[in-house]
Amino acid sequence: MIWNKSKECMSRDEMSDLQGKRLHKLVELVYHNVPFYREKMQALDLTPEDINSIEDIRKLPFTTKQDLRDNYPTGLQAAHQSEIVRVHASSGTTGNPTIVGYTRRDLEIWKECSARALTAYGVTRNDVFSVGYGYGLFTGGLGAHYGVEYVGATVIPTSTGNTDKHLRLLRDLKITGIACTPSYALYLAEAMERNGMTRDDICLRIGAFGAEPWTENMREEIEARLGLQAYNLYGLSEIIGPGVSYECVCKNGSHIAEDHFYPEIINPDTLEPQPYGTTGELVFTTLTKTGMPLLRYRTKDLCSLIGEKCDCGRTNVRMTRIIGRSDDMLIIRGINVFPSQVESVILDMPEFEPVYMLVVDRVNSLDTLQVQVEVRKDFFSDDIGGMLQLRKKLADKLKSVLSISADVRLMEPNSIPRSEGKSVRVIDKRQLK
Amino acid sequence: MTIKQISVFLENKSGRLNEVARVLAANGINMQAFCIAETADFGLMRLIVEEVDKAVTALRDAGFAVILTEVIAIHCDNRPGALSKILESLAEDHIFIEYMYAFAQAEQAEVIINPNDLEKCLRVLKERHPDIL
Repeated sequence: MIWNKSKECMSRDEMSDLQGKRLHKLVELVYHNVPFYREKMQALDLTPEDINSIEDIRKLPFTTKQDLRDNYPTGLQAAHQSEIVRVHASSGTTGNPTIVGYTRRDLEIWKECSARALTAYGVTRNDVFSVGYGYGLFTGGLGAHYGVEYVGATVIPTSTGNTDKHLRLLRDLKITGIACTPSYALYLAEAMERNGMTRDDICLRIGAFGAEPWTENMREEIEARLGLQAYNLYGLSEIIGPGVSYECVCKNGSHIAEDHFYPEIINPDTLEPQPYGTTGELVFTTLTKTGMPLLRYRTKDLCSLIGEKCDCGRTNVRMTRIIGRSDDMLIIRGINVFPSQVESVILDMPEFEPVYMLVVDRVNSLDTLQVQVEVRKDFFSDDIGGMLQLRKKLADKLKSVLSISADVRLMEPNSIPRSEGKSVRVIDKRQLK
Repeated sequence: MTIKQISVFLENKSGRLNEVARVLAANGINMQAFCIAETADFGLMRLIVEEVDKAVTALRDAGFAVILTEVIAIHCDNRPGALSKILESLAEDHIFIEYMYAFAQAEQAEVIINPNDLEKCLRVLKERHPDIL
């Protein structure tokens, strides 16, 4: 099923024409309303009149996460504060979260894209749909929520946390669809089996999974254990949230809502745009957003684009699975974690040596983060209670900065390898590739 | 009397304890008593040796986190009720024991005590059990 045939099945010429017109309007908007973009364009001797087709996008400067940080909190907002009706935020590396303001129109766009995704999976008004993403500053919960309502299905705002209640609702309300992280889906399957339930006790038929990288093996396992069809749902809060791209029943790449979010693949080193089929860094330009529009935003996600028309009938460009990152960001239980965040916490505590090691693993389908640190000799004590308190102090600080809990492991002196230059600070034992 | 106890920080991984024993052996140091306190991910080995400074240097050179703690060592009779009497006196004076360990040899038992208040504990023991210090 297709939610918006006129936009999802456009001919390439029509789409390019629409994108070009929208890009021109976008550039006018940011040039006149965001000093950051105006200065960048002036430095390149560009005015909005120079941007008349989608091909002209190559003339425009890139935007990075660092630019968002430097302009914290609302420096890149194009709309007046009175036009902003909602704010979401994602974790930042130096304590500053990324703040994204949405206008009423942005929320309409988001809802539309979320509905396109759900419809592509086969969700209809007859479905009962549980949203198991976190509700709050994270875009997952509310993003999926409004899409489900827009499609006309029944939304159950389960959010995260209470697995037993979630299982009960799945069974008692005969829930047919679910949105959550793929690792949580596996965790649910395990909890279900522990409670003596089988996939025949529940009615799930569709799953929308995202917010973290996952594999074909995970798809097969989730489908077998929960008895549903599992689809990818991609998004990032800087661009809008879940719904930027989505799989269809063909399960062969995620269709990008490219009338709203123009995708490019670049070589992360040379910044040169790459043709379809070449793996590189994914870059998005928000063609229609008015709250905090972004020009050529570097996602740091690595994938490639597929240009051919899909068997489902959609013509929108598809992106392959994310195969990695061009920076050192980790996604742990759906939350973005940068090693530098851990580093800043440890450097702030004189009790620890300024070295650390992160060990990421997946145990019983849930991501785990272990932070190994060495206690400085002066702070080592014979008092076990005191040592455990020290451990807890660091764990609490990490939790407040990372938004996920970490298992702090106190190590013997010099047991964490020191190296000159670029050292290995992360061991990721999860097998995602 | 008070003596110096060596505490060594150990990660919970196999071979670490033997590494301590190996370092002491290589330096000709004999352990007179020791105990191990453990948590889920690390442990503390507490030990009593004759040549404390030599042991500390050797262990530090081998890369261990080592610290010295002053503890009380008493000898009491190796018979039922002997320890209970001593502990009763400490309890009456509200002295808490953070940890203790002991080893017995024939007629005598050696007991290592780390109380919350070392001075007070010593005073109480001197007054009530002058024979055991």
